[in-house]
Order: sequence, then structure tokens, then C-alpha cells
Amino acid sequence: MKIIISNSSPDPIYEQVTRQIKAQIINGGLREGESLPSIRRLAQDLQISVITTKRAYEELEKEGFIDTVEGKGSFVAIQNKELLREKKMKIVEEKMAAAVDEARLLGITRAELEEMLGLLYGEKV
Amino acid sequence: MDNAVSIKGLRKGYKGFTLDNVTFDVPRGYIMGLIGPNGAGKTTIVKLIMNLIRRDAGEVRVFGLDNLRHEAEIKSRIGFVYDVPRFPEDLRLKTIASALAVFYDKWDEARFQGLLEEFRLPPRQVFKKLSHGMKMKFSLALALAHDADLILMDEPTAGLDPVFRFELLNKLRALIQDERKTVLFSSHITTDLEKVADFVTFIHQGRIVFSAAKDEVLEHWGVVRAKSEGLRPEDVPGARGHRRTEHSLDVLTSDLAAARSRLGEQAVCDQASLEDIMFFISKGNARA
Repeated sequence: MKIIISNSSPDPIYEQVTRQIKAQIINGGLREGESLPSIRRLAQDLQISVITTKRAYEELEKEGFIDTVEGKGSFVAIQNKELLREKKMKIVEEKMAAAVDEARLLGITRAELEEMLGLLYGEKV
Repeated sequence: MDNAVSIKGLRKGYKGFTLDNVTFDVPRGYIMGLIGPNGAGKTTIVKLIMNLIRRDAGEVRVFGLDNLRHEAEIKSRIGFVYDVPRFPEDLRLKTIASALAVFYDKWDEARFQGLLEEFRLPPRQVFKKLSHGMKMKFSLALALAHDADLILMDEPTAGLDPVFRFELLNKLRALIQDERKTVLFSSHITTDLEKVADFVTFIHQGRIVFSAAKDEVLEHWGVVRAKSEGLRPEDVPGARGHRRTEHSLDVLTSDLAAARSRLGEQAVCDQASLEDIMFFISKGNARA
């Protein structure tokens, strides 16, 4: 597991941690059942507060990404394949929404945007 | 959450300074920073916990025990590090250590030797020959060698260079890998606390301004900066202090989200650092 904290990011640190762990679970960097470092260990490694890592793990647990077993630690949850796909779709959707917003600001038409998408996908338009 | 230290209604009056109605808890298993400008009352609180001075009123519980009635037991479980460590000047480090070791049931000689090595402290050196930083390290090594459950430090990082401050902070973080251990340290160096503290208690003019999780403080407190004309400090939600500069009116708020949603269009709203908070509360036109 690799996490990099930015002190100049406007996002709270716990969010930076959850986002990066989620990404690694979704892209397979962290596998089902794999154990995560303890809350205290991670806090020490990242040089952040124990409260921060605790909150990050609680969020991940709430969203079903990890399971915590008392006395044993935290593990990447066994993922429901469909749920995982849905989560990934949602990420793509969010990114597309951002692209659409940006395009609207710049006055790029839907047709132009679709053409761009086609090119990016490697299709001939 | 059980508390390593629990303070209620603590009061101590001096001529010209009163520590009054101080109430806060230090949760077990965490690092708490006691922060405030010089003369705010940080050292007084530390001394009252150690019963080095007599309190006028209030209650101090350490490990759930009254700190006056169970003084000896409590002190054997505290590692106390002074801002300026004081030991007999002409004694060697190993002599000081073996004299102190008899007072502690849980003294671990092997651990002490290991710490001397880690901190690069020569055991045969006499105390007065140590630099300030080395005296601090020696003091910390003593505290860690008797396996203290609470490390209590008064301004441990003052006067230390950044490299050693970093080393010290890492040592504290390593210590609380054991969740039965707790650290309470006072400091006016806010960046140290920002790095390492789980909780922050801010004291100003003998009173507690807040005692909360550091993340929460940093999330909710902010500084709003606006061109001077048109905005008054009282227009900013949660205003806790302000200052005027040539260019702008700067207002400290304890409700950054509300300030953002009301003033986001006309003002710059940033997160406040602990230093900002300390500055505005102690030097700006603060409002309680």
C-alpha cells in the first residue's frame, strides 16, 4: 500500500487517505482479504494523527471497502463484483461530468466533445 | 474513551495572573499538545499535574486517581521532562541514571542503554558537558526507560534544532504505538503540534479557549480576508478575532463552512493554522 499526503491540498488528510486506499482496491493494487496496516502503524508511517487514520478507516468500513475484525486488524473486504463495477462506473461518470462542465464553460459543443471522446478512445470518426 | 489525565475546574492564582476554571481531558493512547503564547499558563498546568505547586481549587485525576492522594503511585508512572532538565552538574549520566532507577519499579536497564546509544549519549559524560539538546534527550531517555504510561513534557522542543525536534516527535509517535501510552506536552511551537498532536488544548490568559481533536480544529477554523471596505468583523459567521492591514480586513472564524457559504464570493476563505489561531486570539482584537 502506498499513500502520499499533500500538506498543501485543500482536501482533509483523512480524505486523501481514503481516496488513495479506495483507488488501490479498485485498481487491484490491494487484493481482497489483504491486511492493512494498523491504525497506529499507518499514522506513524504517514506522520499524521492517529485520529486521522482512524477516521479514514471508519469511512472505508462504512462504504464497504474494508472490514475490521476486533483484535485482528483491518482487511480489504470481499468485494461484490457488480458493486465494484458500479463504483468504478461512478468514478468514470464523475470525471465525465467534470469534463462536460469544463466544456460548457469553454463553449465546446456536444458534437465536438463526442469527437474528442472518440479520438481518445482510439476510434476513427 | 478513558482518560490518562482529567482536569476539572482547576484554579491557581498569582499576583497579576490567574489560571481559572481549567477543564479538559487527555484521552489515553494519544498525543495532546498544550498550546498558547508565553505566559498563558501552560507551565502552571503542567506543574499542577505534577503537584509541584499547590492548587487553589479544582480536581486533577491521573490514571483515574486523585493526584494529591495518590501522588507517589502516579509519579512512578509519569515520565516528566522539564523545559530545562536539571540534574547534578558534575555527575556522569550513568551515575544519575542508577541513582534514579531505584525509584522506579519498572526501570529497564537494557532499554536505557539502548536509548543512550540511539540518542548518541556517552554514559560516562558528566551532565554539565551536554548541550541543551542532549540534556533533553537524556531526560527523555530516563522517562522512556522506566516505561512511563504518561510522558509529560514542558516545552520540550524549545531551543532545539529542527533535526532533533523531528527525531523527538517521531519518538513520541513511536511511543503511542502502544495504545496504553499517553503524551501531554506544552509548546508554543505550533508547527510541532500540527505535525504530531492528536488533540490540541489552547490556553490563553489562564483560560481554556478550546480543547479538541486537532483535525477538527484545522477543519473548522479559518481566516477570512476581504478588502477592508464593506465588510465588518461581525459580518463573518463564527468570528473570533480580527486584524486590519493596509490591504485587507482579516477575520479568524471558528465556522469556516458558514463563512465560506456566506462570504465566498467577496472574500478569500482559507483554513487557519494553529499559528493563525494563536496569533489572532492573543494579538488580534479577539472576541470570546
